[in-house]
Amino acid sequence: MKPPPFEYHDPTTIPEAISLLGSYENARLLAGGQSLMPMLNMRYVFPDHLIDLNKVGGLDYINTDADGVEIGGMTRQRDIEFSDELAEHCPLLSEAIRHVGHIQTRNRGTMGGSLAHLDPAAEIPMVCAAMDARIRAQGPNGERTIPIAEFALGFMTTALAPDEMLVSVSLPGWASGHGAGFQEFGRRHGDFAIASAAALIEVGGDGKIARASLTISGVGPVPVRIEEAEEGLVGEAGSDGVFDTAAEACGELEALDDIHAPASYRQHLAKVLAKRALAQAWERAAS
Amino acid sequence: MSATRTISVTVNGKAYEREVEVRVTLADFLRQELGLTGTHLGCEHGVCGACTIQLNGRSARSCLTLAVQADGQEIKTVEGVAPSADELHPLQEALSEHHGLQCGFCTPGILLTLLEFLDDNPDPSEADIRLAISGNLCRCTGYQGIVDAALAAAERLRGGAAK
Ligand code: FES
Ligand code: FES
Repeated sequence: MKPPPFEYHDPTTIPEAISLLGSYENARLLAGGQSLMPMLNMRYVFPDHLIDLNKVGGLDYINTDADGVEIGGMTRQRDIEFSDELAEHCPLLSEAIRHVGHIQTRNRGTMGGSLAHLDPAAEIPMVCAAMDARIRAQGPNGERTIPIAEFALGFMTTALAPDEMLVSVSLPGWASGHGAGFQEFGRRHGDFAIASAAALIEVGGDGKIARASLTISGVGPVPVRIEEAEEGLVGEAGSDGVFDTAAEACGELEALDDIHAPASYRQHLAKVLAKRALAQAWERAAS
Repeated sequence: MSATRTISVTVNGKAYEREVEVRVTLADFLRQELGLTGTHLGCEHGVCGACTIQLNGRSARSCLTLAVQADGQEIKTVEGVAPSADELHPLQEALSEHHGLQCGFCTPGILLTLLEFLDDNPDPSEADIRLAISGNLCRCTGYQGIVDAALAAAERLRGGAAK
């Protein structure tokens, strides 16, 4: 088993990569290769041109400032896992990244690659949805910023144009002391999740929830924010009953039905995991 | 299409220069071009971990890396784990002592994964080890022997007495 024939390009700068991408039909960008390489090996895809981003400079960084963090598209998942900066400012990402594949795949796999691939069960798109990520993309006509809600269009489909490249992902910050909860159910650690939930909670001076984010992933084609639950949580003190009510709002989601689990099971998991994630975030939030 | 390129790689400390077809995976390159058949291929799509090598000191699946991407890089395979022809690495010894292998098909991948892991975590718990090898399938041992071996090797590498 091996990839079909293609022409190989290894640009070293972003403009060079974009000009290659724009000048060929049927070209694919190769980031960490942990999704595209299996697809090539199994001959699910037949690109005529493969544009390898591994030598492109200026795409591998983690920058923190007052507004949040910006992560370069080619930043390896393993570097995100080991980043003290992210553990402090972005605990949800630090925790979720450990569930992305295995050591060997995280050593190669990238932030941008996973997001552009947009597998419905993947953890990175879920964190991006939970944190209202803003995706920076560059194409022949310059740069634009795409909010995650407009980026994740559908099953493995992003808003990136064929000649556009994901350059970085910004995660707007949550107040220091916010709590993050992450719950995932899969058959084995590192497998694709059957369902997962991410919660973020900020507690105000009055000891009540001041801001909340609840995201369910793996259930439908793209991660979904449960806005009804988020709004209901604000102004409440965390309790079993409050989290039950919030979790109820996850029961009616559009759910995938496949060999791994029927839709009804995914809907059930969504509720259970949402409640656990919320309780975990509440527990971890400093009041 | 599918032109070739000349690449230079260092494998287990030895420099090689070869012309390769650009679509050839690093795994096939190591096995077929360099004759280093200790790196095994199970699934060839990133699931089993048998093909794990180290690329610049970090474990990676050689079936998901192209040989051209290894140009100018340093690779370590199972052939480079033992210090000499008649001496085993402490992790290899521990695997042998604790029945950490039967058919041995998964062993090269287990070794290259655990060597990196023990470097980063000299004093791991059993749970840490199980997590670390979650990307390596073994159809023979039931993993218990591998976990025991990793614990024993960690202790030996820390300089403590072997269990
Ligand atoms: S052969 Fe590479 S992971 Fe199975
Ligand atoms: S020893 Fe046979 S597969 Fe692991």
